[in-house]
Amino acid sequence: MPVWFVSLAMMGFGSLARDSGVSFGVAVVSTVTVWGLPGQIAFVELFAVGAPVLAIVVASSMANMRFLPMSISMLPLFRADRAAWRWRYLFAAMMSVNTWAVTLRFAPEMPEQHRAPYFIGLSITCMTAGVLGTGLGYYLAGTFPFYITVSLIFLNIMYFTFLFASVRQRNCLLALFFGAALGPLFHLISPDWGLPFCGVTAGTAAFFIDRRMGGGHG
Amino acid sequence: MDSGVIWGTWGLWGLLGLVSLATYVWRFAGATIAARIDPGGAWFQWFSCLAYGMLAGLISRIILLPVGILAETPLIDRLVALAAGFLIFAAFKRNMLPGMVTAISVFGVLATLRDFEVL
Repeated sequence: MPVWFVSLAMMGFGSLARDSGVSFGVAVVSTVTVWGLPGQIAFVELFAVGAPVLAIVVASSMANMRFLPMSISMLPLFRADRAAWRWRYLFAAMMSVNTWAVTLRFAPEMPEQHRAPYFIGLSITCMTAGVLGTGLGYYLAGTFPFYITVSLIFLNIMYFTFLFASVRQRNCLLALFFGAALGPLFHLISPDWGLPFCGVTAGTAAFFIDRRMGGGHG
Repeated sequence: MDSGVIWGTWGLWGLLGLVSLATYVWRFAGATIAARIDPGGAWFQWFSCLAYGMLAGLISRIILLPVGILAETPLIDRLVALAAGFLIFAAFKRNMLPGMVTAISVFGVLATLRDFEVL
């Protein structure tokens, strides 16, 4: 199931990239090397309006800052497998919100030596789907009516909304709840720094409130 | 304006290289810090909370204050679709698929009706 959502979401990006005047090769390669939709969207949208280099690099980097806490919270799952642990930088480069969420949900229950092959298989499948989706979206750009394109983008958002809403751990649910409430507020205060501050505030509050509540984990 | 004219082919590839590097910085910094984190410990939990808080903030910001194409749809459509999705999600004992399909269907129907100026 995740694979279909990746290719549909990347189709949206592919058509956006074409409208922004980015070449086919750059659009497709960015799906592999940046591999994070908010950063890719910031890249092509700012490029389209002719923003300065530094502004484009900083904006797309900030949009992808979530990869820092994400790799810290996923990679330790592979540490018990010594062969896999040596490849941790490659795993960090292959990680997307999708593969991160799915891995965090299912890998802890797996035997340690099965986790890395699972993650690699999942990531390669999703990346392939993402590349195909980007290419297809690039070619189909402009042929879809508005309601189809906008529904594809909304589909991607709803996929993540309900993927996260079905998380079971109490501290993570609290963090999601606080983050959802604070995200728009912090964005209004500072569009650039709002998101990292929202993450730290919501995450820390959730972490301590969960500890305070005690018991009933899992 | 066609930015390709200003940038040229190689300039655009160079820009992609910089953007990619700027993203790898976060991923690799995370990989370096992860070496010191115990998956059963409190720091691991804290970073997980941080990641979920950031992602939820991003998604809720996109729904309430979108930029780009989603900003051309009325806020009420996005909220009605989301509310319908959560209602079904709760009715199906927190099963993600029925909730998600409901939200997308409601939104798709509303967007189509507005596009054909029925609404």
